[in-house]
Amino acid sequence: MNKIVIANRGEIALRIIKTCKRLGISTVAVYSDADIEMPFVKLADESFRIGPPPVQQSYLKADEIIAIAIQTGADAIHPGYGLLSENADFARKVQQSGLRFIGPKADTIEKMGDKIGSRKTMKRAGVPVVPGTEMGVATIEEALEAAYRIGFPIMLKASAGGGGIGMVRCETEQALSQHFESVKKRAKAYFGDDVVFLEKYISNARHIEVQIFGDRLGNVVHLFERNCSVQRRNQKVIEESPSPYLPADAREKLYEAAVNAARAVSYENAGTVEFIVDENNTIYFLEMNTRLQVEHPVTEAITGFDLVEWQIRIAEGKELPVKEQASIKMDGHAIEYRIYAEDPLTFMPSPGTLTKLDWGDTSDIRIDTGFEEGDKITPFYDPLIAKIIVHASSRKQAIERSGAFISSVHIEGLKSNLSLFKDFLKTEEFLEGAYTTTVLPQWLKNKKGV
Amino acid sequence: MTQVKSTMAGTVFTVNVSDGEEITNGQVVIVLESMKMEIPIESEKDGKVATIHVNVGDFVNEEDVVVTLED
Repeated sequence: MNKIVIANRGEIALRIIKTCKRLGISTVAVYSDADIEMPFVKLADESFRIGPPPVQQSYLKADEIIAIAIQTGADAIHPGYGLLSENADFARKVQQSGLRFIGPKADTIEKMGDKIGSRKTMKRAGVPVVPGTEMGVATIEEALEAAYRIGFPIMLKASAGGGGIGMVRCETEQALSQHFESVKKRAKAYFGDDVVFLEKYISNARHIEVQIFGDRLGNVVHLFERNCSVQRRNQKVIEESPSPYLPADAREKLYEAAVNAARAVSYENAGTVEFIVDENNTIYFLEMNTRLQVEHPVTEAITGFDLVEWQIRIAEGKELPVKEQASIKMDGHAIEYRIYAEDPLTFMPSPGTLTKLDWGDTSDIRIDTGFEEGDKITPFYDPLIAKIIVHASSRKQAIERSGAFISSVHIEGLKSNLSLFKDFLKTEEFLEGAYTTTVLPQWLKNKKGV
Repeated sequence: MTQVKSTMAGTVFTVNVSDGEEITNGQVVIVLESMKMEIPIESEKDGKVATIHVNVGDFVNEEDVVVTLED
């Protein structure tokens, strides 16, 4: 490959540019009017405006992005994460235009994007799934009947959902009745499909995912797990690898299930298999994300691999850079913190200008950010300012280094969740490492109660 | 006339009031979707809805008037 169009923005666009520069591949950025001053627009070899700020009028304009790729003589399109990355029609159109899509096959994206269908596929492949309905539930009567069969509490979910949107936990029949129509409505509004289904709500659970890679020749490897249980609004804020408090046999089961899941769909390129792990370390398949994840840097830190480079090589039709599982080693412990422009207590977004963005001593720290001091965080996109990735020889050392580093960071001009991390890192729950997905909201609730 | 203004830029997700409806201080008039979050926009006064200026799916900017109330 000689030239790649990046159908994304911000930190992930910069992340892709970085690898391309190292590999001698030229890059083409597309940008909305809101992003004209952003570093990724300046650092790409070529940049093209695609429209006004709202994503529907810019970053989601599939045909225009493909036209730019053709016009600039590019070989491939990298979709990053979010936006068009899990849009099977886009992946298909890219390929039909004679370009390479840096991601899995369009059919795989389609199959895994349908949560009900992917649960069926995984069940057939012998991968354990969370108990739930085999099909969508069309009416509240059907939903209630299924809920009593599965047993409350349940999760009501959009089959086409993702990113923490379109799911509600229901403790009782009343709660299910109350949320049924609104979840359907949200599903329709966000994902264009109002099919919803029910899953058993697994209490005291952790969210642990496994990074996998597959190539066109049928090789599949995993690059270990990431524990992403520190969440707010069902969205991740801290991810770490390896997962603390995971016995060796449960870890092996996770890897095996993830590789089986990938093989079941002849998976090509980077993918993540998400699991729920309960208090007895029983594992359940949750969903498969058919793209590079936001939190991929923790895996890069412990393996020493460049996952974007892997993606490019596989899209070129080459073999996995390392195809022997036994040759892939884990080194130390890595933790990622997502720094958001938001109120640290209410989590309400806080757009504004980064009047100060001082990272302090970053000599042994990785910062992935799309912004520089003076840049604006606009209300049009995700409020992520940066990802801080800390890698050390042990979890204890990584946490100690994290605390010292985060205290030396100064962000001014808008609200950020930096202060939340400063306090949360000192909690017994996080230090001990046995935390579940309710740890952050629970800790905040207790704190407010004091 | 009292104007209810949007506190943030975003896409109108729901319109929660109707023409002629009597509403109270603190009542949610519309819900915006912005930065991966649903943000309720509340009235700061009691009043009767005179005009609804937005539809579901519209993009509004910070400070845009979304609803006008008769005093």
